Amino acid sequence: MKNIITCNRLEASYDGTKVLEGLSFAVREGDYLCILGENGSGKSTLVKCLLGIKQLDSGSIEFADKLTYRDIGYLPQHTEMQKGFPATVSEVVISGCLGRRGIRPFYSSEERKIAEKAMERLGIKELASRSCRELSGGQQQRMLLARALCAAKKMLLLDEPVTGLDPSATNEMYELISELNKKDKMTVIMVTHDVTKAMEYADRILCLCSCRESFCGTPEEYSTSHMSNKLMGESNV
Amino acid sequence: MFDNLKLMFTHDFLVSILLPALIGGVCVTICASLLGVTLVLKKYSMIGDGLSHIGYGALSVAAVMNLAPLKVALPVVIAAAFVLLRLSSNSAVSGDSAIALFSTTALAIGILVSSKAGLTNDVSHYMFGSILAMSREDVILSIVLSIIVIAAFLLLYNRIFSVTFDESFARATGVNAGMYSLIIAVLTAVTVVLGMMMMGSLLISSLIVFPTLTAMRVCRSFRGVVLTAGTVSVVSFMIGMFIALMFNTAPGASIVVVNVFFFLVFWFIGKLRK
Repeated sequence: MKNIITCNRLEASYDGTKVLEGLSFAVREGDYLCILGENGSGKSTLVKCLLGIKQLDSGSIEFADKLTYRDIGYLPQHTEMQKGFPATVSEVVISGCLGRRGIRPFYSSEERKIAEKAMERLGIKELASRSCRELSGGQQQRMLLARALCAAKKMLLLDEPVTGLDPSATNEMYELISELNKKDKMTVIMVTHDVTKAMEYADRILCLCSCRESFCGTPEEYSTSHMSNKLMGESNV
Repeated sequence: MFDNLKLMFTHDFLVSILLPALIGGVCVTICASLLGVTLVLKKYSMIGDGLSHIGYGALSVAAVMNLAPLKVALPVVIAAAFVLLRLSSNSAVSGDSAIALFSTTALAIGILVSSKAGLTNDVSHYMFGSILAMSREDVILSIVLSIIVIAAFLLLYNRIFSVTFDESFARATGVNAGMYSLIIAVLTAVTVVLGMMMMGSLLISSLIVFPTLTAMRVCRSFRGVVLTAGTVSVVSFMIGMFIALMFNTAPGASIVVVNVFFFLVFWFIGKLRK
């Protein structure tokens, strides 16, 4: 399998302090990569770099097959602001097509079809005309995942997709993401705090540490590495 | 009452005062309600309020120095919009206290300057609005600027939705969210300055906030809120103007009261639905 994203010696800082230093890893086509790491280890900064929102101090991120930052379907971290927002599910989902639209001001019928397909794929088609403030947490995440699918050509980047969900909705979400990875051949990059689920679903683990050390390898390799002891040790406290 | 009604239909009054005021008023009302949707949902409603006070300060200074009021107020308020937006997005300084600081300073300067110069009449127009005293030039300018604001809003509608709903996602799809915030700030600044000439600086923020809050009581979709807010604001404006002419009340205040009435009605309907 070829590399779809190659990161070479990334350096990035946040508010003047270095949060990424000499980080190198690759994402292969069809990968399910989980990014682990405690708070402050640079996960969010890495996400922003992958999306092209944040400038690197040095190093490079290379995409294969003429893909660009914009071909990544992004599911942002849960934010409170969306509560009470008047918007229907279909309005939110189709806004995922913005990136592929260039400067044209309105959506084409082709883009409407893409949005419809994404809603169908995630089983929220009946909710299309419902207001997003009436949805449950799990349904809201499905809606945002559908929006990410509209933007995605081959890759999904999910930033803590299960935060705030109850256990059954969490499991559903993990199954859905796994299906998108296996059946729909989407490359998945997921930031998560849930080490157990990451070990269960991911093909590969990228672990960041606030000491600027990092690990990238299979879950098996990860469980025997000293990085896993570090992170597990902390979460057991 | 009937004297007022008679007066309303004399040809001169209709053509030279009422008609331009109505057209200009409707245009500015639509602008305020459209921009209001984003401002309210992005929790920027206080910016509209702050800008109107800054506009008042600028207009007072312009009046005292005998300069064309709009030409002074527009650039000052647009610059203030840039600064306030910067402050709101910068977490180091608290946005709402910065707005309070700016607006009271501008208000104080405005009042100081105008009271010292003994110019209370013109300035109180800007405090409480004077839609029937707008000059022809002002009316034409408000119509032109309103058309620009409405066109920009329509063309950027989908992007504005995306930036309003979820800024981090919008950035990830390549939308320059910072630039859109600036565009919204500039459009708001223009609307606020025009709106204060008719509604007064005390009432313009209600023109921005009320239609959206009213529409949000019953609408599920973003588009529904935009359309309803626009409609409610125009209807409120017309009814408010009619009341003002019939009963000789202050136009700005009458329009706001009608807006309050609609808000209560929609709120009640929203409650009934649940």
